[in-house]
Amino acid sequence: MYTTDMYEGMIAETITVRGHGGDVINAYLARPLGPGPHPGMVLAHHMPGWDEWYRETARKFAHHGYATISPDLYHRTGHGTPDDVAARVRSEGGADDEVVVGDLAASMDYLRSLPSSSGKVGAFGTCSGGRHVLLAASRVTGFDAVVDCWGGRVVMSDAELTPKTPVAPIDYTADLSCPVLGLFGEEDSAPSPEQVALHEEALKRHGKEYEFHMYPDAGHGFFYYDRAVYCQEQAVDGWQKIFVFLAKHLG
Amino acid sequence: MCTMITEQAGITGSGKGTPGWISVDRVNVSYDHPAHMTIEHTLNIDFVDQSGSLGDRVAVELTRESARRLVDLIGAALERGAEVDGPEPVAAD
Repeated sequence: MYTTDMYEGMIAETITVRGHGGDVINAYLARPLGPGPHPGMVLAHHMPGWDEWYRETARKFAHHGYATISPDLYHRTGHGTPDDVAARVRSEGGADDEVVVGDLAASMDYLRSLPSSSGKVGAFGTCSGGRHVLLAASRVTGFDAVVDCWGGRVVMSDAELTPKTPVAPIDYTADLSCPVLGLFGEEDSAPSPEQVALHEEALKRHGKEYEFHMYPDAGHGFFYYDRAVYCQEQAVDGWQKIFVFLAKHLG
Repeated sequence: MCTMITEQAGITGSGKGTPGWISVDRVNVSYDHPAHMTIEHTLNIDFVDQSGSLGDRVAVELTRESARRLVDLIGAALERGAEVDGPEPVAAD
């Protein structure tokens, strides 16, 4: 809980990390100053790319005491404005799940290597990033909590599977290695409430620890204050739920 | 990538953006999140120069109704063009 008499300082900058396959990729690191111990957060950016909203969100987590890293999951496609890079990635069929999981796992390892690390690391993602953090927490061990905000294509039909996305994340539920917080909007179509219900059913069936919240009068991306989809009341409540969840699981 | 509905084709043409005219050799058509429009999904068309930088593209984001209107207009203009120049060659470029 932030109080006005607290000292606060952070450093936020672009760094490089070795991601999937040892590739050097850019990442944005925002971490509180001081010796720690600080828990860590890995952010998986959304389909519109490694953009300003994700940098702001990294600093928000740092403000709340988390050393936070947001790797550029589109790094291998090249550099330009986030929308130009995202357009190219989309034309190439999206990001490769295996590569993204590798980048997120490497980012997790990086946070744990910091001398100020508490040893606890969570992950957060919105849109495709929500899907990606679920995948990462299912394919590698080490994450202590994940926050999936309206991750689409967790439930996928056979027709949607591609060489880059060969398995629907829901089919990895048995391997999910940490608790999940899911935030969704009732008016979203990707994921639809029906798909969220299927996901919840799978989590129950496999005995996973989870907490799902379905917000009325909210659609896809209701945290995005710079978009018409922003829903103030739901977003404020969602952020509160995130920080309560993370305090419980990461300290 | 919440819908990942994408169609593509090689094309021959030119497009004009802020810096001026560029040659375009590919079109990417998707129905997915827009970068600029304020609705959840739009029909997005990118005319791209594959040999250029990532910014060498002419992009539009259209509502579904607008995209349908565009399809109709393209068809109508091509029909009228055929009256002037005759039918286009069958082979696609």
